[in-house]
Amino acid sequence: MARLNVNPTRMELNKLKSRLKTAIRGHKLLKDKTDEMIRRFSEIIRENKTLRESIELDISKALYQFSIARSLMSKSQIELAFSMPSVSFDIDCDTKNVMSIAVPKLTLSENKSNKSLPYSMAEVTSEADYSVKLVEKVLLNLIKLAEIEKTTSMLADEIEKSKRRVNALENILIPDLNETIKYISMKLEENERGSRTRLMKVKSMIAGR
Amino acid sequence: MKGKMAIIGDGDSVLIFKAVGVNAFSVNENSDVKSLIKDLSKEYQIIFITDNIAQKNKEIINEYLASTYPIIIPVPSKEGSNGFGMEELKYSMEKALGIDIFQNEEN
Repeated sequence: MARLNVNPTRMELNKLKSRLKTAIRGHKLLKDKTDEMIRRFSEIIRENKTLRESIELDISKALYQFSIARSLMSKSQIELAFSMPSVSFDIDCDTKNVMSIAVPKLTLSENKSNKSLPYSMAEVTSEADYSVKLVEKVLLNLIKLAEIEKTTSMLADEIEKSKRRVNALENILIPDLNETIKYISMKLEENERGSRTRLMKVKSMIAGR
Repeated sequence: MKGKMAIIGDGDSVLIFKAVGVNAFSVNENSDVKSLIKDLSKEYQIIFITDNIAQKNKEIINEYLASTYPIIIPVPSKEGSNGFGMEELKYSMEKALGIDIFQNEEN
């Protein structure tokens, strides 16, 4: 461990002692924070995984279904049929505070128009109807997934950061401070002993005269 | 804040999302996905991106990891999932916990 480069004075010693106190307190707090974040993370990641698994199935099914529907129609027909959304989701993008990280919070309100499909029945094949229904269903979950997945990745990022901080405090700063404090107090004692012997010497010189 | 959604996908299969109010952008081999993502991230809060494209543009997606919005999420394409989304999940898990806690459950 490297000793800090300071003058061995009583003032420095006091300063270092208070720094050590802060460092130890900070270390404890950060460690608690990391533990709590890890607890929440392991809760959320399970949810994230199951959600993603179900969505991955649903979404490829919907896209596959649509690609069949698409092959039965011309491109311009498709563009025309789908350009007016039948269901629009109003999403409120807010932030939520999880362990002082601003994670996204999405609340949505569905705006359903009276028609269930965005086109008239005559224009489009039934395959397309089916795929629209599928996508509608999956979208709700998809928005939930977006929220959770962002939270997971942000938490992971933050956990990594605070872990690094905890380690830096634990393995570098605190030992360094301890060593420097020890060095300074030893140096001060040494000085004291030096001045004491000097005094004794002077005293015996005076007495011998 | 009102949120807007967009999806980036290869081929026309993502056009279906237009029917539910998600703006769809279809790209092909030669499109400049990087600048598309950059442009979209200013306007949209949630961007879905099919995983084969996401995998090729990992660096640019990772740039947005630290900020709350936009949320960029990989979704499977019509050929099915290529595992990119799960991989990302695994990666962030290993970053946070240091271990893969699902490993035992799969076997």
